[in-house]
Amino acid sequence: MQNEKVITAKELTKRFGSFTAVDKISFDVKKGEIFGFLGANGAGKTTAMRMLCGLSLPTSGAATVAGFDVYEQNELIKKNIGYMSQKFSLYEDLTIRENIKLYAGIYGLTDERIKEKTTMLLKDLHMEGEEKTLVRALPLGWKQKLAFSIAIVHDPAIVFLDEPTGGVDPITRREFWTLIYEASAKGITVFVTTHYMDEAEYCNRVSIMVDGRIDALDSPANLMKNHSAKSMDDVFLQLARKAVRKE
Amino acid sequence: MNQFLIFVKKEWLHIWRDRRTLFILIWMPVVQILLYGFALTNEVKNAKIAIFDQSKDEATTAITNEISASRYFNLIKNVHSYKDIEATFREGKIRLAVVFPLGFRNDLLHTNHAQIQLIADATDPNTANMLTNYATAIINNYQQSITQNEKLPYTIKTQVRMLYNPELKGAYSFVPGVMALVLMLVCAMMTSISIVREKEIGTMEVILVSPLKPFRIIIAKTIPYLLVSMLNIASILLLSVFVLDVPIVGSLGLLIAESILFTVTSLSVGILISNTAKTQQTAQFTSLMSLFLPTLLFSGFLFPIENMPIPLQVISNIVPAKWYYIIIKSIMIKGLGFTAIWKETLILVGMTVILLSISIKNFKIRLS
Repeated sequence: MQNEKVITAKELTKRFGSFTAVDKISFDVKKGEIFGFLGANGAGKTTAMRMLCGLSLPTSGAATVAGFDVYEQNELIKKNIGYMSQKFSLYEDLTIRENIKLYAGIYGLTDERIKEKTTMLLKDLHMEGEEKTLVRALPLGWKQKLAFSIAIVHDPAIVFLDEPTGGVDPITRREFWTLIYEASAKGITVFVTTHYMDEAEYCNRVSIMVDGRIDALDSPANLMKNHSAKSMDDVFLQLARKAVRKE
Repeated sequence: MNQFLIFVKKEWLHIWRDRRTLFILIWMPVVQILLYGFALTNEVKNAKIAIFDQSKDEATTAITNEISASRYFNLIKNVHSYKDIEATFREGKIRLAVVFPLGFRNDLLHTNHAQIQLIADATDPNTANMLTNYATAIINNYQQSITQNEKLPYTIKTQVRMLYNPELKGAYSFVPGVMALVLMLVCAMMTSISIVREKEIGTMEVILVSPLKPFRIIIAKTIPYLLVSMLNIASILLLSVFVLDVPIVGSLGLLIAESILFTVTSLSVGILISNTAKTQQTAQFTSLMSLFLPTLLFSGFLFPIENMPIPLQVISNIVPAKWYYIIIKSIMIKGLGFTAIWKETLILVGMTVILLSISIKNFKIRLS
């Protein structure tokens, strides 16, 4: 089970006109893995992620997500993934409970299951008694944690996180990563893009994109060893410096 | 609960929680109807006039009495010279002056030919025209009353009947106009803003990654505004029947059906705008520029389209509100049935189908 591949990509490519945003990337992600997807701005990581989420069709290459083909089985993929965008993605004018109900409902959970999930989720986040609070009134860190919990409310096979911790203080980021570990322990695969190199070290494996290609893919420890670097920061700088194309 | 209904409910919550906007949406039509009904009327009532009576005889007194008794005029000054008239006009005190020459009655009785001069302030040409027409009508009446005992060899009398709107009320034309305007604004502007808002705050992306079909997202977003517009139609119709005394002569059912059709047209325009606009401000501005002004100018409710230059008349044809305005006027005021308006209805249906298919096709399923 542990070696079951939930994401496979083979020479996945996306071109916009003459511009190749993603250039023949190949990788696998195993079930329950926390997979870090790194790259400078404009390296193509968001585009790659969008193809995997079904927001954008690949130009060529092959990929499967949760066992479904990105070209043919878009709808099935959508049912089996969760997504949290870099922009904050809850409705501020709805209460916590209404947000949970909405997203759980969209994924087709039964009313009974939604109730169960709501209680559980509020307990996990220590937000009991706050279900009628408008999301607008929550501190940013809480919002972010809530958004993550809601992104996996339907127990997806994979959750895609697009720079989920932007603008959050270090303590909240740590707490956020605790949630990610918990999700991973439950068997949810986490596919995360990030700018923060300390976060990269939390991942099981990390891929680094440069100019649309994957230039390195390994565990953080191996990457540092192979590049004789003291930190992921060093690894990243060594690779990113080779970039030719600008943002 | 069904996924679709959950989404509709959420959309309704957005409207419900934003009380200020909801307040505007519900009261805007009411205020507009009352404003147009009582303040912006183009009928002339109690226009201030002056009379320069140089003969002061039986006939001029009779005519003066008739004029000042009419509801159109309010005699505020008797002047005693042309200079005086001009001064009064300059002060902006009067809109019309009536001048009787010396020996008016004498001329009338002995030469069968007397003259009255009407001087109007033509800075506002429409009003000036109307006032001189009213005054002429009163004078003609007087003439008929003094000649009715004598036998004239030949007489032609015109009999005028004002069809559909015997009292010539302005409300008969602006109630349908305001309906078109309000529906266009509420539906198109509010839907486009609400769709663009979700793009701006990033929720649209998350929703598009979900299993909800894009087509259903769009429909779900429009339904609450459809309901608000129904409410608006109801309040406009109630006000016009009970406050402005504009009757609904034709079928109420047909009127509502056509209004729903126009609402759907407006909603599609809103979706189309949301496809191109990136920010809420752009959506709002585009809606105002591309809808409010054309609806005001080209629906025919403020300015008659027949009087416009040909290019503008051609342009007016692509404004949906023009056709809706014709339809509503026909049903509400003239009491016509579907056979009289099927052509206009067909045009609206055609426009809706085209707009809807373009906008749904363009709605970015895949955001990049």
